[in-house]
Amino acid sequence: MKMTRLAATIAATMIATGPALAETLHFPSLSYRTGPFAAGGIPFADGYSDYLTLINERDGGIGGVPIRQTECETAYNTERGVECYQSIRGDNPLVLQPLSTGITYQLIPRTMEDGIPMHTMGYGRTSAVNGEVFNWTFNYPANYWDGASVIINYLLEENEGSLEGKKIALLYHNSAYGREPIPTLTNLAERHGYELLTIGVDSPGQEQGSQWLQIRRERPDYVVMWGWGVMNPTAIQEAANIRFPMENFIGVWWSGSQQDVRPVGAGAHGYKALAMHGTGMDYPIYEDMQQYVIDAGKYAGTGDEVGTVLYSRGMYAAMLAVEAAKKAQEIHGVAAITPAMMRDGMANLEITEELMAELGLPNFGPAFSVACENHGGSGAAMIQQWDAEAGEWNLITDWIEPDREMIMEMAMEDSLAFAAENNMTPACLN
Amino acid sequence: MLYREAGDFKTSYVADNQTFPIKFDRYGYYFILGFAFLVMPFIINDYWANSIVVPFLIYTIAALGLNILIGYCGQLSLGTGAFMACGAYGSYKLMTAFPELNIIFVIIIAGFITAAVGVLFGLPSLRIKGFYLAVATLAAQFFLIWLFTRTAWFYNYSPTGMISAPTRDVFGVAVTGPRASAVSMYMICLCFLVVTAWLARNLTRGSLGRQWMAIRDMDIAAEIIGVNPLMAKLTAFAVSSFFVGISGALLFTVYLGAAEAGEAFGIDKSFLVLFMVIIGGLGSIFGAFAGAFFLIVGPVLLKLLLVNGLGWPTDLAAHLEIMIIGALILVFLIVEPHGIAALWRTIKEKLRLWPFPY
Repeated sequence: MKMTRLAATIAATMIATGPALAETLHFPSLSYRTGPFAAGGIPFADGYSDYLTLINERDGGIGGVPIRQTECETAYNTERGVECYQSIRGDNPLVLQPLSTGITYQLIPRTMEDGIPMHTMGYGRTSAVNGEVFNWTFNYPANYWDGASVIINYLLEENEGSLEGKKIALLYHNSAYGREPIPTLTNLAERHGYELLTIGVDSPGQEQGSQWLQIRRERPDYVVMWGWGVMNPTAIQEAANIRFPMENFIGVWWSGSQQDVRPVGAGAHGYKALAMHGTGMDYPIYEDMQQYVIDAGKYAGTGDEVGTVLYSRGMYAAMLAVEAAKKAQEIHGVAAITPAMMRDGMANLEITEELMAELGLPNFGPAFSVACENHGGSGAAMIQQWDAEAGEWNLITDWIEPDREMIMEMAMEDSLAFAAENNMTPACLN
Repeated sequence: MLYREAGDFKTSYVADNQTFPIKFDRYGYYFILGFAFLVMPFIINDYWANSIVVPFLIYTIAALGLNILIGYCGQLSLGTGAFMACGAYGSYKLMTAFPELNIIFVIIIAGFITAAVGVLFGLPSLRIKGFYLAVATLAAQFFLIWLFTRTAWFYNYSPTGMISAPTRDVFGVAVTGPRASAVSMYMICLCFLVVTAWLARNLTRGSLGRQWMAIRDMDIAAEIIGVNPLMAKLTAFAVSSFFVGISGALLFTVYLGAAEAGEAFGIDKSFLVLFMVIIGGLGSIFGAFAGAFFLIVGPVLLKLLLVNGLGWPTDLAAHLEIMIIGALILVFLIVEPHGIAALWRTIKEKLRLWPFPY
């Protein structure tokens, strides 16, 4: 008797809470706040969460539907990433952002099968720019091959249009992430006549003595770094130790945050990195952020990462996700959107400068639009340089365009190979 | 009272030598098998199958394999991660080179390939012992991972060095790739586990197992009574690597779907399986199950309790999880140095006499 009543109560609550749960927009966060990559994972997760909290607090959600956030710790580990994915996939996740190229590779086929959109902003599988094959994967506004090409274009500009006879070393995290730019850099080496030297660092990357010995011996003109987590400050420290000219050391956007240069102190002065968006607190959005999130005590984590490079990136990722959700609501005329609708919103996303200014982030990111043939946005990036005395990143260039023609050609080849491997016929979904 | 052998008379040597001589044990075993094969597939949901049960089954196979080597033959190995990688890369190469080959044969052949590699790296065990052998197998760990990350042939020249498993099916049901359902993944892992566990149990109580144990207990004495150390040690390496290879192949094809050698099969994986064997109990088949359960299912259950149950922040839960698992390992090793299997044995002894211990 007692048991039946209990069961009835449970059943009743489940029926009552069922529709109520559906009236929220679920934005999961696959974060990593532990492990050797936590230094990068924490600020990103904080920024992502704080922006969504801001939308909830200030606007009451997206189109009147509140956002529901969940977090799952992956520790940058692919096995735990898969476990996290399994735990949220039945819960209507609108968009997945795993912040790990390894986990992305694992989730691409699964999300295709399950119909869940995934956004890998500035990481993941580059050939996902071909939306005809990767219908559910997006990597706007820029990807690794764009980044590699932007760095080479910047160096071309620095060297009056010729890299003939120069030697460029790529110091990379020896994982799917770090190996991603090698094809582009190799292709560009043929085109521009520089010599490419690839030097891998095994994960997590605290041990780089032999790699820097090799750099000292080979004397490259430039060192380009594809590092993440604890590998970044170690590399910058080693570069400072061998007195490598810092202005010739350029990192990708994942190797250019405060956490990477601060431990090295004055030695890191002049280090350069790519920037796929603006940084710092000089944007109007931070007034709202202060009022609705920080002063209200609703911030994620400890709240001490606000305004750092990776915090800004998390915020940017959340902003793009929210705009895509708005677009989806507009297309389908429904406020409580499903993952499939969210995909349509992402596939038709259009970010203009006016929209960025309206959101309180003027000139923060590039203006771009997404289409089925191009899931990759504009690909443009800026170069920023670390000022150790002032303790801040300064943007030293305007937006630099990548060699998109070559990248699209390579991406086509790679994505069609993927399609052939999996017996797919490339086609747009809408 | 219930659990005792009194009145359970055996009339033949075969009956006397069976794996579960006590009726209660035997029925328990049949019940678990029946439950796993006939009931679980109908009640298991996707999350439980994919994130708890399947990895548990796969790691149990690895623990069984390592237990044969360390627990039964006394040869310390730190190369488990690399041998799992051998199974994974072997199955990948076979799957892509012979798309028509059934996945079950792919996994078994991957096991044989790993066995061959294991024998190769087991050769030094004839000369060196104990910790020195551990260092030699550590070299295998680093060498094989280096080979798999640097030689493009192993990952079919993919630009990122990742290998990914295409969809394959058994009797028309997809078991690998994204279309595989949770139940089919569960069933294929369960079948492999039951067969390997049965094989391990019967090998270890046969003449081969006795040779291994003789070598483990005192190799000189074993040699004097006529055990060939070359054969005993190399068969232990071969059988152990075969099991570990199967587990690596299953981990890659069925569970992960995509992997890269350094990340998925690093040194931490070697230690994980080693801890399973030590905590579960050296030289015990049940120990492999218990150790895998403790180290694979334990953290997930703890996470479910702390994050989903109590709503704690994920980072706090992750840190606590490391601390709690670490503390539990310490407690187990202090209270019962011979592992969970020995604890279970003590409980069984007590239960046989209960409620009249004198």
